[in-house]
Amino acid sequence: MINAPAIAVENLTVRFRQRDRTIHAVNGVSFSLARGEVLGILGESGSGKTVSLRALMRLLPAYCEIEGRIAIDGEDITAAPLSRLEELRGGRIAMIFQEPVTALDPVFTVGEQIAETIVRHEGITRREAWRRALDLFERVQIPSAKRRLAAYPHEMSGGMRQRAMIALALSCKPSVLLADEPTTALDVTVQIQILLLLRELQRELGMAVIFVTHDVGAAAEISDRLAVMYAGRFVETGSARDVLRKRAHPYTEGLLAANLHGAEPGARLTTIPGAPPNLAALPAGCSFMPRCAYALPACHDAPPPARSYGPSHVACCLRAAERLAVPA
Amino acid sequence: MTALRPDLRALDARDRGGPAQPLLLVHDLKKHFPTRGGGFFGARETVQAVDGVSFAVAKGTTLGIVGESGCGKSTTARLLLHLIEPDAGDIIFDGDAVGAPDGISVRDLRLQMQMVFQDSYSSLNPRATIGDIIAFGPRTAKRVSAGAARERADRLLEQVGLRPSLFARRYPHELSGGQRQRINIARALALEPRLVVLDEAVSALDKSVEAQILNLLADLRRDLGLTYLFISHDLNVVRHVSDRVVVMYLGRIVEAGEVAAIFRRPRHPYTQALLRAMPSMDPDRRTETPPLTGDPPNPINPPSGCRFRTRCAFAESVCERVSPRLDPIGGDHDVACHMMVPGSGHSRAVEQQAAND
Repeated sequence: MINAPAIAVENLTVRFRQRDRTIHAVNGVSFSLARGEVLGILGESGSGKTVSLRALMRLLPAYCEIEGRIAIDGEDITAAPLSRLEELRGGRIAMIFQEPVTALDPVFTVGEQIAETIVRHEGITRREAWRRALDLFERVQIPSAKRRLAAYPHEMSGGMRQRAMIALALSCKPSVLLADEPTTALDVTVQIQILLLLRELQRELGMAVIFVTHDVGAAAEISDRLAVMYAGRFVETGSARDVLRKRAHPYTEGLLAANLHGAEPGARLTTIPGAPPNLAALPAGCSFMPRCAYALPACHDAPPPARSYGPSHVACCLRAAERLAVPA
Repeated sequence: MTALRPDLRALDARDRGGPAQPLLLVHDLKKHFPTRGGGFFGARETVQAVDGVSFAVAKGTTLGIVGESGCGKSTTARLLLHLIEPDAGDIIFDGDAVGAPDGISVRDLRLQMQMVFQDSYSSLNPRATIGDIIAFGPRTAKRVSAGAARERADRLLEQVGLRPSLFARRYPHELSGGQRQRINIARALALEPRLVVLDEAVSALDKSVEAQILNLLADLRRDLGLTYLFISHDLNVVRHVSDRVVVMYLGRIVEAGEVAAIFRRPRHPYTQALLRAMPSMDPDRRTETPPLTGDPPNPINPPSGCRFRTRCAFAESVCERVSPRLDPIGGDHDVACHMMVPGSGHSRAVEQQAAND
């Protein structure tokens, strides 16, 4: 389908039903992403960002309940059979993980793993696939690429392994790349190399990228658009510029302050009091209300609706308009 | 809070060297680990984890140690507490040499120097209640009675922001990461130490929790007159908490000085690269080129001469031959780089000793 967004998600809900309780991990997430766009999802542990990402690839265990609609290149995959999913995974939609050590198979060389993927999806010869793998290794800037293809994952450094995993994910030219904290485990000087590499490859290949992270800095380096996630909902979305500067939602404001963003050295940090809510017993109203300094009585009643505050800038907060009117 | 005041007086009573004596002085600390490299039959090799590290921590201040993985910062922390034995070097605590016949014993040192680790879960006994974990140190090391130790544990819980009635009888697995790290801090404080070594103590926490713990650490330092050694890979955090900073690379110190000076005008090419590698936080001023390529080299068989030369844009032949010394460049600022030494043989060497700035 032409002109369909690379990925469109409508009202995604993920619940884990356990014997005595239900975990509401993702509670109505909607977005769509065109080719060539990068969406950064910013949130803390337990906010539902990784579960959302896995739901997009339908990588969650069978006992969890997924509702909503997911379409890749216009094709609805919500009810796709496993055989179709296997074609899509690695082919049209690929994923890179935080820990390449656990994501790569320890008993095969990285070259074999990449070649296998290409053979499986495109049905070309092994020799041809091996040549493509070499190309990919050069593209992700792995020095002495030929020799490295024959290396096992444990023989590579952290940064090299992450590059190898990116090569593996890109091997079948996916339209959508999902990145789950790919730079979190890396040293700062390596992290920036991987971020710049991803940005360059994304532009070159025109992929849609969803980049999940808890690190505001990494998100700001790579994202065109940002979504701030809290308790399974996008509480604020917009251009990276709007979200980082305007901070319509109080949680966004708290998160950025906690990142020591422009904090006076040694000065007391403004913190968000308390802890995120229990996902098995979410408050009826706004999930952030119990920790919010701006809460109103109306915040207790129902989750605040998403309202628009400028081109593509959306926030779920009753007081967003008022907060935006006051220059920060 | 007021209940802890007598302890504070006790702290002062333990002062031996006087206010100008650094609480901790480390001189030429070394630790090399033997390993078997290159497969089962490979030759013996050594990891030069810490290779001649010297620094001082003044009383009541925070010294930050930054560096990437493999730079030796955690090994340094463990050496200080003698959790691993140093191969060489002196550790002097408040004027007393650690382990020397006329100095301070390791046991007495540990009563005054405690550590908080990164992994808040594996550093707590899963079978003990929070109250017992905190009371254990005073009971065993100081022979405090069970009742008094429990009272002290309650006071400490209060002090780290946890209600004793709610937490003292719970087990570590029932707590969140931030709460567990508060317990680790309370346990470290239970022996009334004067110096606390914080080894990546906030690195595993979510940012909003990290900010809470940083505030707590600042309060405790002020209220208890503590001195901190704060080890982290996160430059933002180190900048926020430290008075002085030490930058390490592959087992050696490359730059040391006051936090403001180092962040305003870093002089070592590695420190400069480290600071430029920090994400910009501004979508309109993104980083365009990575300041360094490749990963830090393996500390097994590190490069000869200056260890940073293999990744340094300014490396010359002198850097390969001669290992640069950590020398003062004016003010409270030391750099180990041939470019900062007049007549070192480096083409970019400064003309004369740099002016104070």
